[in-house]
Amino acid sequence: MDAAAIHSGYQSHPTGPMRWLTSTNHKDIGTLYLWFSLSMFLVAGSLAMLIRAELFQPGLQLVQPGLFNQLTTMHGLLMIFGAIMPAFVGFANWQVPLMIGAPDMAFPRLNNWSFWLLPAAACLMLSSFFVPGGATSGGWTMYPPLYIQGGIAYDMTIFAIHIMGLSSILGAINIIVTILNLRTPGMKLMTMPIFVWTWLITAYLLVAVMPVLASVVTMLLTDRHFGTHFFDAAGGGDPVMFQHLFWFFGHPEVYIMILPAFGIVSTIIPTFARKPLFGYVSMVYAVASIAILSFLVWAHHMFTSGLPAGAQIFFMYSTMLIAVPTGVKVFNWVATLWRGSISFETPMLFALAMVCLFTIGGFSGLVLAMVPVDVQLQDTYYVVAHFHYVLFAGAALSIMGGIYYWLPKWTGHMYDERLGQIHFWLTAIACNITFFPMHFLGLAGMPRRIPDYAPQFADFNMMASVGGFVLGASQLLFLYTVIKCIRGGAAAGDKPWEGATTLEWTLPSPAPYHSFTTPPTLEPDNHHGHA
Amino acid sequence: MVTPSPYYQPPPSLWPAVGSLALLAFASGFVLFLAKAGAGPYLMLAGGLLLVVMLYGWFGMVIEESLAGKLEGQVDKSFRWGMVWFIFSEVMFFAGFFAALFYARYIAVPDLVTAQSIWPGYLGGWPTAGPGSKEAFTPMAAWGIPAVNTMILLSSGASVTWAHWGLQNGRRWQIVLGLLMTVLLGLIFLGLQAHEYLEAAFSIRTGIYGATFFMLTGFHGAHVTLGAIMLSVILGRVLAGHFTADSHFAFAAASWYWHFVDVVWLLLFTFVYCL
Repeated sequence: MDAAAIHSGYQSHPTGPMRWLTSTNHKDIGTLYLWFSLSMFLVAGSLAMLIRAELFQPGLQLVQPGLFNQLTTMHGLLMIFGAIMPAFVGFANWQVPLMIGAPDMAFPRLNNWSFWLLPAAACLMLSSFFVPGGATSGGWTMYPPLYIQGGIAYDMTIFAIHIMGLSSILGAINIIVTILNLRTPGMKLMTMPIFVWTWLITAYLLVAVMPVLASVVTMLLTDRHFGTHFFDAAGGGDPVMFQHLFWFFGHPEVYIMILPAFGIVSTIIPTFARKPLFGYVSMVYAVASIAILSFLVWAHHMFTSGLPAGAQIFFMYSTMLIAVPTGVKVFNWVATLWRGSISFETPMLFALAMVCLFTIGGFSGLVLAMVPVDVQLQDTYYVVAHFHYVLFAGAALSIMGGIYYWLPKWTGHMYDERLGQIHFWLTAIACNITFFPMHFLGLAGMPRRIPDYAPQFADFNMMASVGGFVLGASQLLFLYTVIKCIRGGAAAGDKPWEGATTLEWTLPSPAPYHSFTTPPTLEPDNHHGHA
Repeated sequence: MVTPSPYYQPPPSLWPAVGSLALLAFASGFVLFLAKAGAGPYLMLAGGLLLVVMLYGWFGMVIEESLAGKLEGQVDKSFRWGMVWFIFSEVMFFAGFFAALFYARYIAVPDLVTAQSIWPGYLGGWPTAGPGSKEAFTPMAAWGIPAVNTMILLSSGASVTWAHWGLQNGRRWQIVLGLLMTVLLGLIFLGLQAHEYLEAAFSIRTGIYGATFFMLTGFHGAHVTLGAIMLSVILGRVLAGHFTADSHFAFAAASWYWHFVDVVWLLLFTFVYCL
């Protein structure tokens, strides 16, 4: 490979830690993103284990309420900004250049910076557990006035969010430019793989809303330390204004975490159904519609914050409208399966589980969209159940499916199919045992973010905790399976999945360090997974 | 076999990691400073200096690559797209603060007027320091220095475009003069803004009016400063003979940024000063 690299005019890359610290290679940087994400997933997951241990029984057993609030807050922040978002950026780094036939990302050095900003932000967030007063405990949504009153850790979280926001914006710009400018000749926007489409739209959402998050946390910072009154009624400000600005970021953020998942599932299902993706064009329009609508629904997070009735009705209907394009996607996945020659390898199992379970999360979202129902369910475990079905069963299961799907291409080895299937079934079953009872708890009135609860909630909580422990332990099997695959295994061959059609499968496995140094020629009958 | 890619692949670089370290040091220093720990300002200074070193090294490297002709064609197009999306992200950053201004004026303050049981006698209106504030203050008038500043920034937008025409037509004196005028007008603007800040009869603590006024104009001023630095670098590069009529991405990017800062000011002048 070195000979080829020299021949093609590439400088050889350093080895050891410097390879990773200075890398301008999309595959190396993608790998860094994915490992960072997995480590944050395990850290934030450990916090969830502590939460479930405390909630195993009524009463205060393990942690004090203050620490409990730190655990829920940091679990949310680390999972969102540390685990899920970086995982999808890792996929984008590995896959977008391979799928569009590009030599690398458009700005390889900037790509490196986008990644290495994340450990800096993680340092600030994780070390905040050890400062006076402990970590941020005001909830991941950072509402004032609580957030104005907290200690040093709150400042650390604000700066961490600034840095992670910079990382996301730079990464998103890089992805947009790569997709718009580096496609191989002949690949039009409406013929590029669906995963690339979902990331183009996700990146647009990131560039549009991460700066708004930056501005609103800056207002928090100045309210805390520099005497501004943005969120203080005595000065003419309004704490509800924070919620508007935050959720203007926060709701598109939900789609930032699910659209790439749609892209992964839309790639896996056609491969294992051995049929082109049904309704490619409608899939693209559905993703675009979801993205546009996501800017018009934010106040459904605030139905109990005191909105005028007209606003409540508007946001209720606009929220319900999102079910239409989302429904288009679910129907198209099912139609892709219809009369396909389906086989059930691990990636397919994860993709199918995602379609079923994400749909449950989508439906509970529709329930919550109804104002009178939401007034009852706001801040109960029903909401916790809803967003875990969307973010764990939707985003995290797709990430795992995507890992199994592309690991052979990345490592050159097949993963252990038996271990993969065990991991799948443990995860899928445990995830339902953990999160399904939370619907009942919420309907029965159990509030979220509390370390203790009334005795009538005990049984379902114990069930959720047992499920949670199994779910957590199963991820160690995932870690083991991934490491085992990296270290060895059956040779994968160029194209281990005979139903796959995208460009990465035309390369050897593992994909060479530099690929598509000249743009590949598209075969006329290559449809990139759609008709 | 494989022919070299026409798309430039930069070699491995340590600058991004240096940048991350700089931001970590700066942010940690800021946290310590806010917690009133003695080491805070020093750590901030160290982080800030390291960031400057990183920017100097990184941009210097890009300039060398540009001079070596590695950033032409498709790479140049990437840079142009990248700058457009970066400016869009900046637009959204300001949008957050403008949203706060509009929300406070048209929703929060009128709501507080209706809450007479909590804030008896509060009349609302704009500008306001909020119902908790007893002291009167004089808001910033639009038709003094701010109007002059509007003319100054609009003229600077014209002069940077005039410099661009000079570049396209190969008239070097016109580029230099145009850029020099633009930077000078930017500095005069900043001087007048500083004067206005010092003379202001209210502060950032003056309720929601003071908060929105100083945060919006403050961030705008920071962006003018950044734009003036960019244009100064471009001026230096013009004097070093760096640009041609066909190849001048950096010039274009800096002038786009300057126009963006201009447009933000027009919105500020309308919504913060006039209305």
